[in-house]
Amino acid sequence: MNSQITKLSLVALLLLASLIVATTYWQAWAAPGLAAKQDNQIQRVAQFRIKRGLILASNGLVLATNVRRKVGGETLYFRRYPTHGLASQTVGYSTQGRSRAGIERSQNSYLTASNANLGTIFDKLGDTLKGTTITGNNVVLNLRPNAQKIAETALAGKCGAAVVLNPKTGQIYVMASSPGYDPNKIESNTGYASILHSPKACPGSVSPLYNRATQGLYPPGSTFKTVTAAAALDSGQVTPLSPFYDPGYCIEYGQKVSNAGNPEAPEAFGHVDFLQAYEHSINAVFCNVGMKLGAKKIIDQAKKFGFYSTPPVELPSGELAASGEYDFTKHSLFDDPGRADPGRLAFGQDKLLATPLQMALVAAAVANKGTIMEPHLVKAVRSPSGGTVLKVKPRVWRTAMKPSTAADLNTMMQAVVTGGTGTSAQIPGVLVAGKTGTAETGVDRVYDAWFIFFAPADDPVVAGAVVVEQSPDGFGGAVAAPIAKQLMQAILPPTSK
Amino acid sequence: MGPGPLTLGNRNRELLYLGAVGVLTGLGFASVYIARQAVVSWGSLGYALFFFGLYIAAHIVTRIAVPDADPYLLPIAGLLTAVGVTEIYRLGNADAFKQGLWIVVGVGLFAATLLALRHDYRVLEQYKYLFGIAAIALLFLPRVPGLGETVNGARLWVKLGPIEFQPGEFSKIFLIVFLAAYLREKREVLAQGRLKDLGPLLLIWGATMLVLVSSNDLGSGLLYYGIFLAMLYVATARLWYVLVGAVLFLAGGYVAYDRIAHVRDRVTIWLHPWTTGKVYCPQTGGLALRQDCQSYQLVKSLYSIANGGFGGAGLGKGTFTTTDGHQLIPYVTSDFIYSALAQELGLVGVSALLLVFMLFVARGMKVALQADDGFSKLLAAGLTFGFALQTFIIVGGVLREIPLTGITLPFVSYGGSSVVANFLLLAGLLLVSDRANAER
Repeated sequence: MNSQITKLSLVALLLLASLIVATTYWQAWAAPGLAAKQDNQIQRVAQFRIKRGLILASNGLVLATNVRRKVGGETLYFRRYPTHGLASQTVGYSTQGRSRAGIERSQNSYLTASNANLGTIFDKLGDTLKGTTITGNNVVLNLRPNAQKIAETALAGKCGAAVVLNPKTGQIYVMASSPGYDPNKIESNTGYASILHSPKACPGSVSPLYNRATQGLYPPGSTFKTVTAAAALDSGQVTPLSPFYDPGYCIEYGQKVSNAGNPEAPEAFGHVDFLQAYEHSINAVFCNVGMKLGAKKIIDQAKKFGFYSTPPVELPSGELAASGEYDFTKHSLFDDPGRADPGRLAFGQDKLLATPLQMALVAAAVANKGTIMEPHLVKAVRSPSGGTVLKVKPRVWRTAMKPSTAADLNTMMQAVVTGGTGTSAQIPGVLVAGKTGTAETGVDRVYDAWFIFFAPADDPVVAGAVVVEQSPDGFGGAVAAPIAKQLMQAILPPTSK
Repeated sequence: MGPGPLTLGNRNRELLYLGAVGVLTGLGFASVYIARQAVVSWGSLGYALFFFGLYIAAHIVTRIAVPDADPYLLPIAGLLTAVGVTEIYRLGNADAFKQGLWIVVGVGLFAATLLALRHDYRVLEQYKYLFGIAAIALLFLPRVPGLGETVNGARLWVKLGPIEFQPGEFSKIFLIVFLAAYLREKREVLAQGRLKDLGPLLLIWGATMLVLVSSNDLGSGLLYYGIFLAMLYVATARLWYVLVGAVLFLAGGYVAYDRIAHVRDRVTIWLHPWTTGKVYCPQTGGLALRQDCQSYQLVKSLYSIANGGFGGAGLGKGTFTTTDGHQLIPYVTSDFIYSALAQELGLVGVSALLLVFMLFVARGMKVALQADDGFSKLLAAGLTFGFALQTFIIVGGVLREIPLTGITLPFVSYGGSSVVANFLLLAGLLLVSDRANAER
């Protein structure tokens, strides 16, 4: 019988050996695929054992913290947002059921101490060996809570966004998107539903979860004249003193393109120079300048300002949109000048869409002598013990135009506030520069109201953009500029009265 | 193979290996303690000490009853129970305590069997029909009204006051004893292919299969079928018996697949555990993704295994509950203990564990080879193959190598009857081994 027993042993051992092969398949080969499965909760649960790092505003105000709860004999950490929604879309959320968004998502590896930094690795190894809870790194943002609060209060009940940053460093002081939400409610189904169906300030618009400051695409309207003017000035074909004649309209493709206001009896300025055309936002002049420059030059100039790309700000790529000419049927960018209408493009209509962040960077470029700094939400990352893991330093992102062009535009933007369309942004004792925008939305007499700005114009420390969606009769100068004024006042040091 | 001046005797070797197992058990409990400080007390190390003491007691019995038996089998069984009880302890203290009690009962029965049969276990041969009938009777027990209990769609349990057990686990061993005795007697005539002699064999075997299939215990059905064919082959050396058996099995399997919804479900789950669209869910009667319904257990178990990766999460560091405290894998301590171990010990750990199982099988088969008489050979080979096949059926099922059917992982899974029955199996192997070695 021994020969049969030997064969049977072989069969038995092969059966068991096949188990090692199958285990290897699941643990080595199939593991990454299974880890990514939607219904695999293990990875997600494991994250809750980590005491996530805090998210702090620049003054130390805690925007995201943890509550400890014992579940099944294990200590788990759940997220808590003590401000109940200050900068909600920017800070984002970290939940079990709905994953993550905002800084919570983009900075997840720092917040969970899984970033590959030597100090972090040792700290984490120590935690693991001691069997203590892994504690994440704290992320400190550049946000200024007082200014952020002012933006959110001013935008409350409306739909819109505001971005304020330091043009010299790229530090983002304010990133507001209205309506906001309370991230503490995200996890529960009823809370989530209440956020999605929260009072609609702007009917037919997208949910409060959407970060309008970086994802919201609006026709920039006349604020875009800044880009057109930069192209014209940079080309040397136009100076601020170049003369133009405004009959109240321009003729493009044999059709009249009228100035803003009543199309039947458009305002006509007659003989003006380029500065005045910008100051009073005369569409007819810019229409002619656009046709003279051609769409290609304007689009190329826009690219220098960062259009057609997403700014390197610390948000998940899915929460950043690129600005530019959009094919509305395909929802995709195009940069073929042949498909653009140069006259309308020149004053920011045509098929042009821009995010508030992008328009803030246009203002910042003028403020910083033509150079755009990388916009940064994150100021620093600190280890739980207080050591510095990362300190964000100012870095040049793009050169948008010649310094001389920036100087000319600076003067022109000051004129807008001193005697043009943006007088409501005036601050006593401070040189304010700005540009209004009143973009057609397709609905008669309902506009997206814009204002882009910086101050003090001779030594700028603050720049930004404000947009208020779908304002009935809402001109940029009347609706958006006063909000911009409040934001500048909140940031500017109290000495500059 | 007597003890020379420089060689250790079999029992001293056994003691040495048990010492190693004792150290490993201590380390296992200690690491669970360290990983889960907030939950587990220092008293947990008491478990390790207690088990060490228990195995020393078992060792003393082997010294008395089976002095020449194989020195590896008892320490391996000790190691496997220790791995099991450590993991069960990590998953829930109460179950570990119960499992501990069952191990005590198992070791007690192990000792009693060794002592009772130490002179000549071959007396069992005379009672072969008694074993055969007892095997069937045990399988019928759960169907007796007032005695049986249905768990998880299968009526496999017997409840006597506070004690619940699965008679099927013992039935398996009785059936192996019957087959060994019967086949030893009839192997020559069977080898000639006289169908008349197959009669009693087919009768008892057929009755067994009928009970198993009708009680939805497909895993045990497969196990018994495999043991039957293997022992028939060892006894007769006729490969065509195995081939005919395999063909019959496939035919029967096809009919079962066609007629029995339970069987069809198992196969569907095995082939397509994930669906992208919603399918009919028998549990709720509505529509759901299959991974959220029928294949929930299997899929969650695969996630657990995959999460282990190469080195594992570490003993006590795995994830088995959701953030609101729900168990991620149902029946994790019994049918799915392997997926818990795979997550915490990783590929390195569970491969080592499977090698330990293979070592047990290799030693068991060596006992069969060394035995002198046909009954002993068949008994040892049957017990060992049953052990191997049971391991393959449950772990293979968990790993999606074959359709999943719920049976226990020998010595490791939580479950009293399983542990006790496996100690009887161990006692059988040691008795055969002792006799074979003593005669040399």
